[in-house]
Amino acid sequence: MLIYLRKRIVSSALPLVVVIVGVFALARMTGNPASLYLPLNATQQMRDDFTARNGLDQPLLVQMADYFGGVLRLDFGQSLRTGQDAAAMALRAFPATLQLAATTMVLAVLLALVVGCWAALKPNGIADRISSFVSMAAASIPDFWLAIVGIWVFAITLGWLPTSGVSGAGAWVLPIATLLLRPFGVLVQIVRGSMVSALSEPYIKLARSRGAGELRVVTHHALRNAAAPALTVAGDLTVGLVNGAVVVETIFGWPGIGKLMIDSILQRDFAVLQAAVLLTAVAIFALNILIDMGYALLDARVRPVTVKA
Amino acid sequence: MKTATDQAPAKRSRAAATAAAAGTGAATGQAKAHDVVLQVRDLAVDIRTHRGTVRAVNSVAFEARAGETLALLGESGCGKSMTAKALAGIMDPVCDLADGEILLNGTDLAALTAKERLKFAGPELGIVFQDALTALNPVYTVGTQLGEAFRIHRGLNAKQARVEAIDLMKRVGIPEPESRINSYPHQFSGGMRQRILIAMAVALNPRLLIADEPTTALDVTVQAQIMQLLRKLREEGQMAVILITHDLAVVAEEADSVAVMYAGNVVESGPVSEVFADPRHPYTKGLLESVPVHLERGARLKSIAGSPPELHDIPAGCVYQSRCPLVQDICRAERPVLRPVTSVTGTPVTGAPVTGTPVNVPSGTEPRPARTAACHFSEEINNV
Repeated sequence: MLIYLRKRIVSSALPLVVVIVGVFALARMTGNPASLYLPLNATQQMRDDFTARNGLDQPLLVQMADYFGGVLRLDFGQSLRTGQDAAAMALRAFPATLQLAATTMVLAVLLALVVGCWAALKPNGIADRISSFVSMAAASIPDFWLAIVGIWVFAITLGWLPTSGVSGAGAWVLPIATLLLRPFGVLVQIVRGSMVSALSEPYIKLARSRGAGELRVVTHHALRNAAAPALTVAGDLTVGLVNGAVVVETIFGWPGIGKLMIDSILQRDFAVLQAAVLLTAVAIFALNILIDMGYALLDARVRPVTVKA
Repeated sequence: MKTATDQAPAKRSRAAATAAAAGTGAATGQAKAHDVVLQVRDLAVDIRTHRGTVRAVNSVAFEARAGETLALLGESGCGKSMTAKALAGIMDPVCDLADGEILLNGTDLAALTAKERLKFAGPELGIVFQDALTALNPVYTVGTQLGEAFRIHRGLNAKQARVEAIDLMKRVGIPEPESRINSYPHQFSGGMRQRILIAMAVALNPRLLIADEPTTALDVTVQAQIMQLLRKLREEGQMAVILITHDLAVVAEEADSVAVMYAGNVVESGPVSEVFADPRHPYTKGLLESVPVHLERGARLKSIAGSPPELHDIPAGCVYQSRCPLVQDICRAERPVLRPVTSVTGTPVTGAPVTGTPVNVPSGTEPRPARTAACHFSEEINNV
């Protein structure tokens, strides 16, 4: 297992470099930060000084080499805007996103498992039809619209919840409810589908013939077989959330990595943007490794075979 | 290690209590050889399809006796597997038990709810499927699956269940059970998987074992080993075995009695030796004649012309009329019922028809299974 893990980590290094190069080059295509940070009437001399001070006058390749040199020393540069360490800013914003994403996904997965299994017990039964309608609706509602309607109804009209921010438990409700809906809807359909097919397998009949009751058949025999597709999709949806629930974080003023990325793009704060993207990329790679380990845990047939020398 | 036969009386006690509680004259204590363990009467199964409800199994009746093998013989789609699943209570969701009684030691399984039946699934009745790979759960070790019956029905913990599972693996002849118990189904060969499946079915020493084409997916040498294993277990546990097959040779070799099924109906039943020597239904006769024996090189194999009727389109009258060489007007008008036939010697075969009222005679003196056939011309068939 450790050998496998080491191999996976080593093999994610190259894609990470590609990510950095891509973000590095793309960020610089948005224009020169000087025009944003200096007053409108700044002289050309002031602009050149600013550019030179921040190393932006060097050829792109030299800048990139400098940056990689820094990355290897764990120096990710400073924010143009605040002068703070870029990595520190990204790391500070990340927990807020992680908490939001983790809470959302845990709730979405649990709810989807219950509803999906319930629907799968009787394909085309009443429960199945209701859950199919609800999940389709949940997966189809755009989050920005829902966020705004949620703010309007619960925060402005009823005044039950804050419109934005992170103060108190109430502040979590709207962002999570908004983010939850799509993963929930998608996962219900995945769980339902894979449970229906798992429940029709001969080994389920055989389990019943050994006296396994309905609960045991569903939770012990079928669910573990049906879990892999749900895990894949849940992983993918989590990536979307970790990637910064950009829209939702922006609407609710959630100080997460998504908001940080948007802000640093708007401010041409290259170092912060690069640090945020790199951190997200690392998190996504880690998540993918976790998902693959999850498969192996669920099903012995996909466990990596360690060949002893 | 105690043998299964040593343990049998203790394990039987609860089963006996169940039978006694049901107030029948069925066996108490250890099952004696030839006691009737299972009586099926007028069994009917419906399938709900898009084109309406069809009857896949119709007034099926037979009985299975302790220590004996009853073969359900028939071609694909004749309803034999459906019958097996109905007996085991594991029918597909689109199937309904429409009619009939399934008397297992006097308890009518057909009258029980799905939940009540779970008590019987394992301790009283076990089933073996054809394809062992799909019948085993791929994500659990065989040890977990072998131990499950003990955990469910005897409340054993994981460790105790493991001991029982190893014991079972020894019983069915799996080498090195202590290490193989942690392997997953895909790590076994086909023959070993079938042994594991059989082990699961006999884990709690059931009185009835249903084997649904247990050797069809295996090669010939392994087939023989599996049949031998089933025979050994049957004798050790005095189980009644229902062997579902389309293989006449297997029936001839393994079974004591046979029920021939066609288009959802039992068309003939009786002791194998008698049925094979003196078939009283044109379908049985046709089947036996289609076995290639002493053929000249280049001679055509005999077969039964035509194909079975569609379930949507079962004719009134005899189900076999479209393929029967002896068909008469009465066959098209009136469906023949299973009724006793006279033996070769011309004397009526003793024993009550299995469709009739249950015979509660003391064990040991029970009549042999009756020879029955569902043909208007079962007496004349061999004279034409």
